[in-house]
Amino acid sequence: MAVTEERLFGKAIKRREDPRFITGRGTYVDDVKLPGMTYAAFVRSPHAHARIKSVDATAAKKMPGVVAVYTGQDVQVGGLPCGWMLPGIKVPTRPVLAQGKARYVGEPIAIVIADSAYAAKDAAEAVKVTYEPLKGVSDGKKAHQQGAPQLFDEIAQNECFYWTIGDKAATEAAFTSAATVVRQPLLNQRLIPNAIEPRACVASYSGATGELTLWVTSQNPHVHRLLMAAFVLAIPETKMRVISPDVGGGFGSKIFVYNEEVVCSWASKALGRPVKWTAERRESFLNDAHGRDHVTEAEMAFDRDGKVTGLRVKTHANLGAYLSTFAPLIPSYLYGPLLSGVYKIPAIFCEVWGMLTNTAPVDAYRGAGRPEATYVVERMMDRAADQLKLDPAELRRKNFIPKFTDGAPYQTPVAFAYDSGNYEPVLKRALELAGYEQARRDQAAGRAKGKYLGVGISTYIEACGPAPSAVAGSLGAGAGLWESGQVRVHPSGSVTVFTGSHSHGQGHETTFAQLVADELGIPMEQVEVVHGDTAQIPFGMGTYGSRSACVGGSAIVKCLDKIKEKGRKIAAHLLEANEQDIVFGGGAWSVKGSPDKKKAWGEVALMAYLAHNIPQGMEPGLEATSFYDPVNFTFPFGAHIAVVEVDPDTGAVKILKYVAVDDVGRVINPMIVDGMVHGGIAQGVGQALWEHGVYADDGQLLSGTMMDYAMPKADALPSYVTERTVTPSPHNPLGVKGAGETGTIASTPAIANAVIDALEPFGVTHLDIPLTPQKVWKAVAAAKR
Amino acid sequence: MKLPVKVTINGQSYSHEVEPRLLLVHYIREVVGLTGTHVGCDTSQCGACTILMDGQAVKACTLFTVQADGARIMTIEGLAKNGELHPIQMGFWEKHGLQCGFCTPGMIMAAHQLLERYPKPSEEQIRHQLEGNLCRCTGYHNIVKAIQWAADQMAGKK
Repeated sequence: MAVTEERLFGKAIKRREDPRFITGRGTYVDDVKLPGMTYAAFVRSPHAHARIKSVDATAAKKMPGVVAVYTGQDVQVGGLPCGWMLPGIKVPTRPVLAQGKARYVGEPIAIVIADSAYAAKDAAEAVKVTYEPLKGVSDGKKAHQQGAPQLFDEIAQNECFYWTIGDKAATEAAFTSAATVVRQPLLNQRLIPNAIEPRACVASYSGATGELTLWVTSQNPHVHRLLMAAFVLAIPETKMRVISPDVGGGFGSKIFVYNEEVVCSWASKALGRPVKWTAERRESFLNDAHGRDHVTEAEMAFDRDGKVTGLRVKTHANLGAYLSTFAPLIPSYLYGPLLSGVYKIPAIFCEVWGMLTNTAPVDAYRGAGRPEATYVVERMMDRAADQLKLDPAELRRKNFIPKFTDGAPYQTPVAFAYDSGNYEPVLKRALELAGYEQARRDQAAGRAKGKYLGVGISTYIEACGPAPSAVAGSLGAGAGLWESGQVRVHPSGSVTVFTGSHSHGQGHETTFAQLVADELGIPMEQVEVVHGDTAQIPFGMGTYGSRSACVGGSAIVKCLDKIKEKGRKIAAHLLEANEQDIVFGGGAWSVKGSPDKKKAWGEVALMAYLAHNIPQGMEPGLEATSFYDPVNFTFPFGAHIAVVEVDPDTGAVKILKYVAVDDVGRVINPMIVDGMVHGGIAQGVGQALWEHGVYADDGQLLSGTMMDYAMPKADALPSYVTERTVTPSPHNPLGVKGAGETGTIASTPAIANAVIDALEPFGVTHLDIPLTPQKVWKAVAAAKR
Repeated sequence: MKLPVKVTINGQSYSHEVEPRLLLVHYIREVVGLTGTHVGCDTSQCGACTILMDGQAVKACTLFTVQADGARIMTIEGLAKNGELHPIQMGFWEKHGLQCGFCTPGMIMAAHQLLERYPKPSEEQIRHQLEGNLCRCTGYHNIVKAIQWAADQMAGKK
């Protein structure tokens, strides 16, 4: 086999998954078609809160093509589990089909199964459900008030949990002695994820083997298998196989176990036929887990020098009607610990009320808790700069945590110990790229002529690859936070990599192959990457929290270490040399000092399988499995700057320039990282300017289609300027950090700060996101009156 | 009641009896079995189902199959000729114009019409013409680059 000396790590290599996607030959769940397959449609509650008096399927069952109709009474399985417990949390039972009461619009009540999707939808219309409507509540803060409608009798005032972090007394003291206090209520609106591929599943139970195979749009097939088999269906994991083939984006919404896949799985067994369900977009809006939805009061204390001395945060987090799989984690441990940002803040205290309301469940959405925290910190920094009459860049610089890159972590007052950081250079570079000084001059000149420019900065921190498992367990996790990898070297020397990570756009088939080929010094074509099938890969945790490179990639490196170690022993044996004298490089093992004495990668691989001449007592074969449990999160950071123009007559915001300087540690494939940063920025801009999941007070979803829920389109966005600095993570073998969510975390406050900066001449000090033309226009009009 | 339809898809003729309400995208995916055309929203906003019908980029989720009777259709599967990728496909690959790949077939078909209208498109023209196609992964940055790359290639070939 040819060997390659070229370093592949760090190269912008084109993606190997692309040929199938650009020719229309990907395999998404909805493309799966099985013999005898049936199609499911769900009957959903049109009421936000109602007692279910009766469900009558007589007429539906008589319709052509209908195979079966099942209600909550029929489907006797466990409730959907919640995978994270907080102290004192009250966990409501979440039935897979509503029983007794429906608690949000779109909650599934019954499943109709037919020979075609059209027949199933027809019959679903014919299922008669009699409801007794009840008063509903959709706002997290209103749900907390005395006399608010109660979702569950056993959960008083709809308070699911109360959680705090930080030092209350120290924070009070900081405020007592503050020179300046900046106060601002902040709304972080509800978002609806909207991966372009709607969720789907195909469940196929074999009566012959007793095995259930589930194709499902999942970011974490093993987590799906574990939760469904052990907690819901009560079947051995060995009798369930979960396949997540090509998945069309997730952004968090495809982490969780939902009603539909459970009911289809149960029904497939009941019928002995495969059952397929594919969400209509309307159903995605109603039943996919939503994101964010925080109502916050933030206060920041400053001393006379403009240094932050304290931060106090009170947040009502709307969790929806039931707890989705990781719902309690998002507004607690992925939120409070991020409140120090990139700043030295001596005292922080954060209180969170987790509230149940008559809305779709809320869980992780791109960034998950971290964007909410970053929005608080970065919005407050700008708000403070305004109040203190300081330049927002200067205020940030003044408060940065000094450089720490020698391996010693920085301990914040809110649990996190950042791994490494160097915040000044990213801001400096971003200011240069944005032409900050010039932008300020243009702004001043423009204002005189009725042209309103704004400049917004956000210097963010992220926490990627939640870890370690033991700490997570002590904080309430129902899962470990490691990742698995398995590397199988074949006799010819080619390699199959099995990873517990899951790609739904991230390009793991390329980056992991690149990583392995680089480490082994073999061509990438000799490396295949397998993911997304519980029958092929060891138990793995999947992809979320920007963890695939830092945790999944590290697990693969650990496998390679073991393989190289065994290879060294075989090579030493073949070369009749001392093991300590053997070095590996350029796809071969050679004897130190005599580079001609060597055994190529392929020769050693072949011998491992021939086993004709390997060290005595050694097992034949060449493969390794690793489970990598990181010691800490990784903490990427960066500075994003937006320059916008606001049209005072229409309220429209135009993004003139967007600069992102990120530090995500070492980078395996810069093309892929840039792509993720671009997409992340767009999603964050969407939150800043347009996206808003709106429920009426009584719980009707008002933004239930793509006509009403405005997502960023090509013509509303600019091209982005991206650059990077590199501060490796000191605690994982690759030095990588994570890049999947940075853009989303950084861009929302950068854009919001820019728009509010543009509105300064109108006396605007704050507006809640999204900053739609209507909202901006109203603010301008109010100022003019 | 079923009605007869005859269509040509990617150069091949098909005739079937279909329900009048059968959506064209379901016909292409379920009856003909070409699953490269995707359904993202059912309501013509996302553009994942974009195909070319008699040379026009249309959204196959809001057309009935019977409306396509007699039409010549091209889907993503018909774009590469003799195993050679179309320059737009190459552009998307070259410039990393896709991540999860779900919006990609519709995006490429929309780009096909865009480049017919504007063989040398400006960034603004590309962005405006893609207004009917949603991508949630790329932030459009590299899609614009991919189409510019394809335009350059196609201009060079002429």
